[in-house]
Amino acid sequence: MLSPVLCSELSALEPEYTEADVISTVEFSQSGEFLATGDKGGRVVIFQREPQGEYNVYSTFQSHDPEFDYLKSLEIEEKINKIRWLPQLHSALFLLTTNDKTIKLWKVSERDKQPEGYNLKDEEGRVKDISKITSLQVPVLRPMDLLVEASPRRVFSNAHAYHINSISINSDCETYLSADDLRINLWNLSITDRSFNIVDLKPDNMEDLTEVITVAEFHPHHCHLLAFSSSTGTTRLCDMRSRALCDQHAKLFEEAVDPASRSFFSELISSVSDVKFSHSGRYLLTRDYLSAKVWDLNMEKKPVETYQVHDYLRSKLCTLYESDCIFDKFECAWNGTDSVIMTGAYNNFFRMFDRASRRDVTLEASREVCKRRAVLRPRRVCIGRKRRESDICVDSLDFRKKVLHTAWHPTDNIIAIAARNNLYIFQDRHSPSGHHGVHRIEQETAPQLEDTPPQ
Amino acid sequence: MSACTLVSVSTVLGCHSCFRVDMFSKGTKRKFSDDGGEMSDESLGGANVSSSYNLQRQSLLDMSLIKLQLCHMLVEPNLCRSVLIANTVRQIQEEMTHDGSWQAVTEAFCNGSQSPSERLVATEVLCRSREQDAEPKLFSVISYEGCREEEVVADETLCSVSVSDAASNVCLSESVGHCWETGELRVVESDEETSEGSRLGPGDDDDDDEDDEDEDEVDEEEESSREDSKSMGQVFGTFEIKNGSSGPDSALEELFSDVDASYYDLDTMLTGIQSAPKMGPYDLLDSLAPSHGPPSLGSPSNCRSDLNELDHIMEIIVGS
Repeated sequence: MLSPVLCSELSALEPEYTEADVISTVEFSQSGEFLATGDKGGRVVIFQREPQGEYNVYSTFQSHDPEFDYLKSLEIEEKINKIRWLPQLHSALFLLTTNDKTIKLWKVSERDKQPEGYNLKDEEGRVKDISKITSLQVPVLRPMDLLVEASPRRVFSNAHAYHINSISINSDCETYLSADDLRINLWNLSITDRSFNIVDLKPDNMEDLTEVITVAEFHPHHCHLLAFSSSTGTTRLCDMRSRALCDQHAKLFEEAVDPASRSFFSELISSVSDVKFSHSGRYLLTRDYLSAKVWDLNMEKKPVETYQVHDYLRSKLCTLYESDCIFDKFECAWNGTDSVIMTGAYNNFFRMFDRASRRDVTLEASREVCKRRAVLRPRRVCIGRKRRESDICVDSLDFRKKVLHTAWHPTDNIIAIAARNNLYIFQDRHSPSGHHGVHRIEQETAPQLEDTPPQ
Repeated sequence: MSACTLVSVSTVLGCHSCFRVDMFSKGTKRKFSDDGGEMSDESLGGANVSSSYNLQRQSLLDMSLIKLQLCHMLVEPNLCRSVLIANTVRQIQEEMTHDGSWQAVTEAFCNGSQSPSERLVATEVLCRSREQDAEPKLFSVISYEGCREEEVVADETLCSVSVSDAASNVCLSESVGHCWETGELRVVESDEETSEGSRLGPGDDDDDDEDDEDEDEVDEEEESSREDSKSMGQVFGTFEIKNGSSGPDSALEELFSDVDASYYDLDTMLTGIQSAPKMGPYDLLDSLAPSHGPPSLGSPSNCRSDLNELDHIMEIIVGS
């Protein structure tokens, strides 16, 4: 998918935005019909795909609120770190959202009928005078304007001493994992007061701490397999069947660093910022600071493919370290057929790599460049002089504009790119989506969507 | 003068990224003795090159130390970032130890009382600071006049049920105070055992066994509460280690304990950096805590203040 066309651009209407509007996570639902975004202000916005192919706002709700930890005298941010969808079984949607400390299961449902004709209370809800009631009536359900409601069904709290960085729903759809910097816990979706610890990297002596967990994910098909990556550049595959505590890995994926090219920044740039299993379950995609690697689960020694995302930054590592940009965590994504991988970069650039043809493209997601229905033109970053007008010099890159969060539709060639407070949804020009997501709303009239009032 | 050095090197690194940073990021270990062999081509500029490498390495070390200190105090600092920075510092220190330049730096401060190459002192200190970040306020706030504040906070915690951090929610229901006390006492015991014995296997098991026994009595078999005791143990574990250390360590520890206070006073910190005469890691720590006098290397006074602090903490926790 290398010729994307902008189909939806959703952002705050005001050009000035607050820090709370910065999008912190993007995730398509399992069918692709819905897209959820979370922001730093703790809000979740759900978009629904229209029959024409565009995504429009479906529901907005405040998922997490800022909290204060009285013991440590520290704030707990309400920023949504991750959102994961449960498979849709009926008309209601279920999704897990998490901030640094608490995970919540939300139910988003539609209501299009309301009961009328109560005996004991009138239309406004006031209690009727019993002596005035002369006859009984059976309340009937009458259609009303569609209302989308979100309600928290479960709150999973107090299980993490460190910041939660990932959640992942098991293929059994009954359990899920939550991972913080040092531990991974296994939960049952129905039980909120108990979780099982399955990985614990905390050393007895905190002085010995050299490694933290950065991402964890369950295998898409095998409910006993999970992968987690660390700040030292290793990715471990664990099998929950072998033992309850998976500190011992079943497989360790690590590429040996060439000692000649080793520098003080080697470990920093090898820290894995995202791990994604391929849809087939055969491959692992890991993203470190400068590259994206595809690993075959059967081969631990080295990746089968390595893609340089922005190798031109290798000479600027010191500056990036100073500005803390070297700690940016970029996400990565597979397309539906596992033939293309995508990841973000700086200057609002994002890159896509076609695995078979080895072609790659750099595109920009910004207001100035993206026009509706116009195909995005590829960009190029040059180290020396500009060879073309559309080239951009390394020194002109804006490191404050980072595309950290990207998502790919599970089956179609539709991608969602988050750039600060803006969400861009692109669709492939050449092969537009084959089939639309089926609307699971049981009603005959066209829905008039009414958003829940934003907080 | 130190400020000038730091700033100018940063500027150099920032602007002229090509040559120097390339060389710098290659990270070839230039041992003083190997100067002639490896860089025969640049024999004339060899000394200059290696000294600029050392300069850059030093500035990277200083930058890393500043980063470790300058963390946001409103929100809990990012543990991943702290660990990566600390690892970088450790790496630099190891290389400097091999170079022999580390010894030169530390000897100036330790008065040769202790061979620093045996133990990467700054690592320990940094880890402790990071540990303080991870379990921050309880420990560091207590270290100086902030004791009164801490008492109030502890009382609040004992009264409130809705604390959200694992270190505090040892019990999720009824007798918060009881569990708190039990947890704390239990943990101090087990930590005394583990800090002496080996850290592998048995220590962990001891923790678990003791915890399990106690938990049966307390009748809360929450997984999280067991880990909470452990994290409480970490706070006390740090304390044990602090008491056990000697010489420059405790002096540095005192420096570090004061650094947190000087956070709130950005001006003081900046002035501190500018007024320090020479730029070395310990110098930097010194300058970050200008309110503190010259580090006292006499152990008796340190032990006394440590004991006082221990008493203070025990009072607060037990709630007398």
